[in-house]
Amino acid sequence: MNALTGTRTLARLALRLDRVRLTAWILGLSVMPMGTAANYFQLYPTEQELRAVSGVLTNPSLVALSGPLFDLSIGGLTAWKIGVTEFILVALMSMLTVVRHTRTEEETGRLELLGATVIGRYAPLTAALLVTTLANVTIGVLAALGLTATGLPAAGSVAFGLATALVGTLFAAVAAAAAQVTGSARAATGITGAVLGGTYLLRAVGDTGPTWLTWLSPIGWGLHVRPYGGERWWVAALFLVTAAAFTTAGYALAGRRDVGAGLLAERPGPVAAAPGLRSSFALAWRLHRGLLLGWTLGLAATGAVMGGAAAGIADLTSPNQQLSDVLARMGGRAGFTDAFLGAIFGITGMVAAAYTVQATLRLRHEESSGRVEALLATRVGRVRWAAGHLVFALLGTALLLTVAGVAGGIAYGAQIGDVGGQVGRLLGAALVQLPATWVLAGLGTALLGLAPRLSSLAWAALIACVLITELGALFGLSQWLLDVTPFAHVPKLPGAAFTVTPVLWLTAVAVALGAAGLAGLRRRDMPVT
Amino acid sequence: MTEAIHTAALVKTFGPTRALDGLDLAVQTGEVHGFLGPNGAGKSTTLRILLGLLRADSGAVRLLGGDPWRDTAALHRRLAYVPGDVTLWPGLTGGEVIDLLGRLRGGLDTRRRAELLERFDLDPSKKGRSYSKGNRQKVALIAALASDVELLLLDEPTSGLDPLMEEVFRQVIREEQQRDGRTVLLSSHILAEVEALCDRVTIIREGRAVETGTLAGLRHLTRTSIQADLAGPATGLAALPGVHDLRTHNGTVRFDVDTAALDAVLRQLTTAGVRSLTSQPPTLEELFLRHYDRSPNGAGRRPEVAR
Ligand SMILES: Nc1ncnc2c1ncn2[C@@H]1O[C@H](COP(=O)(O)OP(=O)(O)OP(=O)(O)O)[C@@H](O)[C@H]1O
Ligand SMILES: [Mg+2]
Repeated sequence: MNALTGTRTLARLALRLDRVRLTAWILGLSVMPMGTAANYFQLYPTEQELRAVSGVLTNPSLVALSGPLFDLSIGGLTAWKIGVTEFILVALMSMLTVVRHTRTEEETGRLELLGATVIGRYAPLTAALLVTTLANVTIGVLAALGLTATGLPAAGSVAFGLATALVGTLFAAVAAAAAQVTGSARAATGITGAVLGGTYLLRAVGDTGPTWLTWLSPIGWGLHVRPYGGERWWVAALFLVTAAAFTTAGYALAGRRDVGAGLLAERPGPVAAAPGLRSSFALAWRLHRGLLLGWTLGLAATGAVMGGAAAGIADLTSPNQQLSDVLARMGGRAGFTDAFLGAIFGITGMVAAAYTVQATLRLRHEESSGRVEALLATRVGRVRWAAGHLVFALLGTALLLTVAGVAGGIAYGAQIGDVGGQVGRLLGAALVQLPATWVLAGLGTALLGLAPRLSSLAWAALIACVLITELGALFGLSQWLLDVTPFAHVPKLPGAAFTVTPVLWLTAVAVALGAAGLAGLRRRDMPVT
Repeated sequence: MTEAIHTAALVKTFGPTRALDGLDLAVQTGEVHGFLGPNGAGKSTTLRILLGLLRADSGAVRLLGGDPWRDTAALHRRLAYVPGDVTLWPGLTGGEVIDLLGRLRGGLDTRRRAELLERFDLDPSKKGRSYSKGNRQKVALIAALASDVELLLLDEPTSGLDPLMEEVFRQVIREEQQRDGRTVLLSSHILAEVEALCDRVTIIREGRAVETGTLAGLRHLTRTSIQADLAGPATGLAALPGVHDLRTHNGTVRFDVDTAALDAVLRQLTTAGVRSLTSQPPTLEELFLRHYDRSPNGAGRRPEVAR
């Protein structure tokens, strides 16, 4: 038996376990670019029409969000519009798949069960990487074929597919290394997610100012492959070298540690509980504090970077007549920056909602791991147990948005010399997102109480919100569908006026969903595994 | 004597699976009650219903005089539970988990906690993720045993414990027995443990109680296996009540006989003329295995014959 024995069996098992999940990812990620291109073809059948709206489409605030537009054509526009979204999603898919088939399997002991039989030391890692790479290549090929089929040039389509597959493969490698360093699946996901968030921010700053920062970011590299805009094939080498480095690190680490252990040795902890650890809330705090701290730092950075970028937005204006007209209509420079900030905090709301969903589904994790059983055999009731975690989903998100708003306000205010005023304005723009995130917490709770095995659909709902917000208008989705996402109803502060009605409605929906979920939780069997 | 636990005609289904199919279980206050049955018989399901975690489809349940589904919080103050699969929070130490669970139950005896840690030889400073299976089990056991409660619900509490620790567990439970009014419901696959500890046992199979009673009473249900060389043909033997699995070969008969029918059977044998006779005394183990045997007519066969 060598270190790779059993890789094929494990890879098959992984494909079988993930057949629905991976199929959904692959279909989604390969159809999305094609759909975007097809819609642009319909909207702008001629070059003239395209040029006429290009200024609006590519205004500088969008450059910060989506990167620069390299070519004014349907292809260039497609790659620009969908690129960042595609790259982030493919990175998420890769991260989740690799962590699931390495760390999670190890944590649940399933790997140990297999490990005793015919599984080599490196087999799980290799199988996870193989499956993920296979998924990435499939997405890349299908995306390229789809784009070509819409009538776009083959070279650019291949470049886009290649960039997508490479971003995915790179993040698979990052996750592979992270999964070996840390002691838990949660930590591995956390580290890789933080790297992903960091690369997005680096690119955002780089594209609005110091370009070299973009070149530190794999998402930046993906954009700078320049599909349809004079493809730069050599950028692929950057990915390959980096991915190889992370993969090598992953294997080296895997060779050094024991199954189930992290690289860092476990230190002994307290022999008795602190006096405060005496309620289900106190336990929830212990379980959530690390995650909340990580997210707080992440959103502080996001707020600061985006606030800082906002000050430069108005200077980026191209000498483009349409754009100047648009600017004028938006109320000149200030209005334009406000619109940018509004867009930023809209996205920040959805990013914070990822924490909301994560914190809510922690309940499900506690249940399916079986830990809840011992807990519910004490005086702790189900609702009180759930409330302990939901406090973090609801108020933790409030903290995140507050931090993002304040950091954004300070960064932006410092540049325009109005810290006092801007902190208040941007804090409002951030916090107004809160009820929309609560709707997702409500949805998660409802699923937990009424259909616990489907709880992870809360993640699907969040991804759907992001896609509908990003692409809904372009795809010409009907208004009711656009209105399904809670984020569509949030007043666009700081530019627009605050209206209380949608905020109240969103809160009411969140409360109703949450109440239904808690009622279901009181009634149903526990634990459902 | 009052009943700490009483269920009647308890039914619980999970989709197509009938986990409990009319279970009657009665546990007297102050006794250690063994709860035996093959894998999937419904032991854990019963315990979860008693805890109000699962809701029975039909049937009656009383626990410490209350309804486990409705009076959950009040009842949980008075009981402690060790789940069948102990999973701990990866980031909390064993000591923290023991304290937390004890406090959530309404307080724990710190002297007893220290004593149990000592006796079970558990290092409370390790994190949950680094405990072995047996040590996770010990954490849950200590958490349950260190609190002063009326009722202990233990689901295979010694699975994963080494023989030394298993012995410690038996001692601790025996001490519990001395204290007045402490009731223990102990689900287990280890007959020796049940024989050593329990006043009464219930054996369940496919969601129904198939035997219940004191250990002495159950011994009456066991069978003696007999092998005899006979001078003449063993006529009439097969027709006697209580004779099972009769086989004849060259004048040698082998069969099992219910302890109650032994006398009549021996009489019948001597009429045929006994040349030699070997008998194997009844053991609980056989009774037990008979109920575990899952072949279609398993409940009536001896395992060694069924081979
Ligand atoms: N949550 C559930 N969903 C579906 N089926 C279940 C569930 N819990 C238990 N069952 C089924 O109910 C039956 C009884 O299971 P239970 O866990 O009570 O058995 P057990 O006697 O504790 O077995 P073991 O000795 O293996 O622990 C089994 O057939 C099991 O598959
Ligand atoms: Mg069980």
